[in-house]
Amino acid sequence: MKPMIYLDNNATTPLDPRALEAMMPYLKEKFGNAASRNHAFGWEAEAAVEKAREQVAAVINASPKEIVWTSGATESNNIAIKGTVRMYRDQGRHVITQVTEHKAVIDPCKYLAGEGVETTFLGVDRQGRISMDELRAAVRPDTVLVSIMFANNEIGTIQPIAEIGAFCKERNIIFHTDATQAFGKVPIDVEAMGIDLLSVSGHKIYGPKGVGALYVRRRKPRVRCEAVLHGGGHERGMRSGTLNVPGIVGLGAAAEIALREMPAERVRVARMRDRLWQILDSQLDDIYLNGDIVNGLPGTLNVSFSYVEGESLMMGFSNIAVSSGSACTSASLEPSYVLKSLGVGDELAHSSIRFSLGRFNTAEEIEQAGRQVVATVRRLREMSPLAEMAAEGIDLSKVQWAGH
Amino acid sequence: MAYSDKVLDHYNNPRNIGSLDKDNPAVGTGIVGAPECGDVMKLQIQVDENRRIVDARFKTFGCGSAIASSSLATEWVKGKTLDEALQIKNTEIVRELALPPVKIHCSVLAEDAIRAAIADVKRKLDGARPGNPDVAATASAG
Repeated sequence: MKPMIYLDNNATTPLDPRALEAMMPYLKEKFGNAASRNHAFGWEAEAAVEKAREQVAAVINASPKEIVWTSGATESNNIAIKGTVRMYRDQGRHVITQVTEHKAVIDPCKYLAGEGVETTFLGVDRQGRISMDELRAAVRPDTVLVSIMFANNEIGTIQPIAEIGAFCKERNIIFHTDATQAFGKVPIDVEAMGIDLLSVSGHKIYGPKGVGALYVRRRKPRVRCEAVLHGGGHERGMRSGTLNVPGIVGLGAAAEIALREMPAERVRVARMRDRLWQILDSQLDDIYLNGDIVNGLPGTLNVSFSYVEGESLMMGFSNIAVSSGSACTSASLEPSYVLKSLGVGDELAHSSIRFSLGRFNTAEEIEQAGRQVVATVRRLREMSPLAEMAAEGIDLSKVQWAGH
Repeated sequence: MAYSDKVLDHYNNPRNIGSLDKDNPAVGTGIVGAPECGDVMKLQIQVDENRRIVDARFKTFGCGSAIASSSLATEWVKGKTLDEALQIKNTEIVRELALPPVKIHCSVLAEDAIRAAIADVKRKLDGARPGNPDVAATASAG
């Protein structure tokens, strides 16, 4: 059995041993409730939580007071969207987002339709980027919120965040960005980029699962969110519930490590990603890059391999953990909606593999993975009726398929 | 979701991969599925003068279960008469490969491929215009 190579870091990351070490005392002897104001157990828990707030705020040039702890990016997105829209319901009932957002943004927007809120979904170009002109045209007098992700989880494409932020400031619209994939991987500055709300997840940055954060701007303008969870009034009333102290400490430690190592790590990971693409592109015909390798996340590479199906590919290199936009890998039996919205046809969406590289990958692993992917694609093309027909000069798009 | 040992075996050691001459009057070709649905199977059979299947080949674009279903189908049709092969049911493929519910459509596609190949060779043998069966025409359209 070959050792496993983990290239699915956009799905989740292993906990960094340094983050685990920081968490351990808070799982054991330092078990206090951060809301206990009258004894030392509570004080040390509170101090740890406040330190983590500083660590997370530093990554995005925010103030620690602007960080709200949550259970993860899904909750952060729910508070940012539902909480803001409900708070400002008197000022407007219109939200603008875009089609390649994560479901944790799309579904809250759709849910709000039941409360009379309309959402405009902007389309994207071939690289997965929105157009500023379309955003400008979509704004209405009653638009209260724009929610555009920082970077896409499937294809890595980075949106023009600073431009969107500047535009929203000018038009006095609140700007939320889901930065789950970008936080700690590429520079983010909420001041320079005009971001009002920003969602963070712990487990995408080598921190623990079950913890996240929401940045909520406190000045120029002061943004307010209605609570989604009601209770003891923790986190300035925006998110009740006893704080997950060990998780928060782990997220703080992971954020600090990510910020410190970002300059070198960005370059190292991007180099491995470029090398993987070079191996594939130089040895295989009829493969396509989905997304944007130039202005995208350093570690994300999404490739469609014509004539072979994604799940069967993953079976072929079973010691490499990746994910696919193939329908066979999803519960819905539909191929990736992100790839489809780029204009990638269904066939190539079924043939796509997402490689997401991270901190614990090595150059040697990339060489091995590249070799195995090439060998598997070749083997499966040998048994592909589509490869055979293409080789005979048949235009596959013109065939009358006997679908079922 | 983990794959059954039998699916893995067919995926890793597929039986009867390849192509037969589709213009041979004793060869029937069935091509079913569509690329945009994520699976296309091509199954071919060759019969002797007694209409017994003496050879079978497949090529499949699809997931591991689709590859395994078509590989198994070629094994099962070999040695059968056309009428016997028509009796193969997708549920038997599901049982043999221990396919989970989301993969049942792979077995349905394999059954469809067998039927399409049989229909094609029957058309040829029973005197429809030889060498121009519907299915082969489908495959080379355009």
